Amino acid sequence: MKKDRRDFLKLAGCAAVAGVGSSTAFRSLLSGEAEAAGLKRAGTSKAMEGTRLAMVIDIKKFHQHRGLAERCIRVCHSIHNVPDFGNPKDEIKWLWTENFENTFIKDTHRHQTQSLHGMPVLTLCNHCDNPPCVRACPTKATFKKDDGVVAMDYHRCIGCRFCMAACPYGARSFNWRDPRGTDEHGNPFIDELNPEYPARGIGVVEKCNFCTERLAVGQLPACVEEATDYEAMFFGDLNDPDSEVSRVLREEFTIVRRASLGTYPSVFYII
Amino acid sequence: MIEKALHGSKGYWTWIACLLAVIAIGGAFYVQQWNYGLGITGMSRDVSWGIYISQFTFLVGVAAGGLMLVLPYYLHNYKEFGRITILGEFMAIAAVIMCLMFIIADLGQPMRALNVLLYPTPQSMLFWDMVVLNGYLALNLICGWAILHSEYKGVKYANWVKPLIYLSITWAISIHTVTAFLYAGLPGRDYWLTAILAPRFLASAFAAGPALLLIIALIIERNTLFKVGQVAKDKLVTIITYAAIINFFFLACEFFSAYYSQYPSKMYTKDYLFFGLMQDGNIFNNLVPYMQASVVIGIIGIAMILFARSRKSDILLGVSAGLIFLSLWIDKGLGMVLGGFVPNPLGQVTEYYPSIQEVGITAAVWATGFLIVTILYKVAISVKLEKEL
Amino acid sequence: MYGTGRIIPALIIFVGLMTFPIWYNGGKAQQPPELVLPTEYDECVRDTQFMRESHMVLLHEWRDDVLRKSGPRSGVTDRGLEYERSLQKGCMSCHYDKQNFCDQCHDYTAVVPDCWACHLEPTKEAI
Repeated sequence: MKKDRRDFLKLAGCAAVAGVGSSTAFRSLLSGEAEAAGLKRAGTSKAMEGTRLAMVIDIKKFHQHRGLAERCIRVCHSIHNVPDFGNPKDEIKWLWTENFENTFIKDTHRHQTQSLHGMPVLTLCNHCDNPPCVRACPTKATFKKDDGVVAMDYHRCIGCRFCMAACPYGARSFNWRDPRGTDEHGNPFIDELNPEYPARGIGVVEKCNFCTERLAVGQLPACVEEATDYEAMFFGDLNDPDSEVSRVLREEFTIVRRASLGTYPSVFYII
Repeated sequence: MIEKALHGSKGYWTWIACLLAVIAIGGAFYVQQWNYGLGITGMSRDVSWGIYISQFTFLVGVAAGGLMLVLPYYLHNYKEFGRITILGEFMAIAAVIMCLMFIIADLGQPMRALNVLLYPTPQSMLFWDMVVLNGYLALNLICGWAILHSEYKGVKYANWVKPLIYLSITWAISIHTVTAFLYAGLPGRDYWLTAILAPRFLASAFAAGPALLLIIALIIERNTLFKVGQVAKDKLVTIITYAAIINFFFLACEFFSAYYSQYPSKMYTKDYLFFGLMQDGNIFNNLVPYMQASVVIGIIGIAMILFARSRKSDILLGVSAGLIFLSLWIDKGLGMVLGGFVPNPLGQVTEYYPSIQEVGITAAVWATGFLIVTILYKVAISVKLEKEL
Repeated sequence: MYGTGRIIPALIIFVGLMTFPIWYNGGKAQQPPELVLPTEYDECVRDTQFMRESHMVLLHEWRDDVLRKSGPRSGVTDRGLEYERSLQKGCMSCHYDKQNFCDQCHDYTAVVPDCWACHLEPTKEAI
């Protein structure tokens, strides 16, 4: 606790003295990896250091194995106590499918092969290397962990929804209603509570956490584990050349969603 | 001084009672929202900000607009505004308080609002917005009250007030710039991602703020012995006209960039707001009548306000200022925020309609603002008339 | 004094209302809360006095450390017992009788923490 107070004072001092140019703020505005063409501002360099967890999704495998995506979603939502309100207005989702043309809206075209059109693609938080939501959050309720996971502290979220406006992937959901409540027929919004994980309260934003609670005990994310027999999803450290994601990324043609935005997603897709 | 607000005509008390009634109804709706959650509003996963945040954005402009009365008087020694600068400062106080109320109304966890102070985050524009809004509120409270109080005592205001006034002038620019930066720095929202957003916010603010002030000043003139003065009114018209024209010029610049470049994501939201957006045979155009009306009303308002000035007609002046205000309110208090969410980052369209509760709470916040303005103006006018008569 | 006739009675009523809890409960001894402690263990993660005063501080420390700094998810007591640094999975695994542990004191001191808006209480089966 002592250390936290020191952090706080340091930050408060920085903010007071240097204003918007305070070192913390400025450094965060410079973060992010280089473009594919290797472009970056002269004088800046960012070493590939530490861990950066990443995921690869093979959309063809999901197409071959119908129902696999739904199973991944079900296991994700049930272990994380994600409520189902039964309407799109209040909807909360961590992992879900979108049509190919919506998922890759700025990176595809109308004359794409018919097999891709309307194909459901698994989507989730991209755990960006340069996340706009973390920049926007006024309380650091959303933050980037040193392993690259963009995580949330639901205790601290004030529910301003600035992160929802900031996210270019629609990955964030808000608890418009009490997720522990019941509908008009008395059915709970969360069918069966998983006692190993908390739920969320009313008025906070939530999203996929890359199963950080499972990673901490040496397990893979639940969706990856579900898809593991089909080699449809891969997970690992992007900065480790021997990891499975690094191997798959070396061998396959992959894309990320909206690369032009400079968010540097950590979720890659094999088309 | 505040005791001046406790003596008024029957009309004054009726007005206060009406405002309190609206506030009470809105308060009841807020209790409902508190218990049920923000799901009681029309907001959704796709349109995650609604009229609360759009009113907030518009009212930051009204608050900053007070600058247009303070600046000429203190920086250019424009004596004709001497009688009305206090009105500008007091309007800013009410507008900022409304802004803060709208933000609180919009929070999912209002009890945690102070987390913004507990965990200060300089990289978040919302943190800076909190800083500049509260700072502006304090500056206007201190300056406005100190100046009026010295007038009440019949002396010149203290020397320490002057630097604070100069600070408040630059500060007014900052509040609306930072508010624009909330929107203009988000990579996935193409309608907001434009460098001209802050200048456009300021232009519309410098028209809307003085326009509202002119309307209120004309109402005061009709009902009290207080006189704004013909020269001051004419000057206000000049300010409003220039600012409104610059606003429309900026809007035209936005249209040019989008439609000449044919850059799709720059066009979609403008299509949705002004012409209607089509997808899979469905047409989404629930804001089109308002946005088109906004442009027409604005242009009529500008032409009419110049005509009204040449005719020296107060009625026409009030009506045309009202038209300009309405036009800018639709543009920024409705289309700017709501439009930015259509289409969503995945190219899907969700239309937003505010709920009754949401409208009631919004009306209550506006009524609170009018209540504050009424009380502050009652005090200011009483003090001024006492000294002059 | 101006308005004595109204001010003095109003003051008396005001003081009366404000001190209502004192004279209403006057003379009655309050029963301190009786906690039901786990029977399986006789040692907590810290000493009783610390837990009584600062369990919320400890919970906040665990939260910030585990969530933000990838801190360890488990700890070891003085006597070598391993525990999870978690309210839901740690504390409540021993103190599963929430009604007779948490609530007893919180009700007594009129403290209403919002832990259980999100965290799940131990189910009836656990008790």
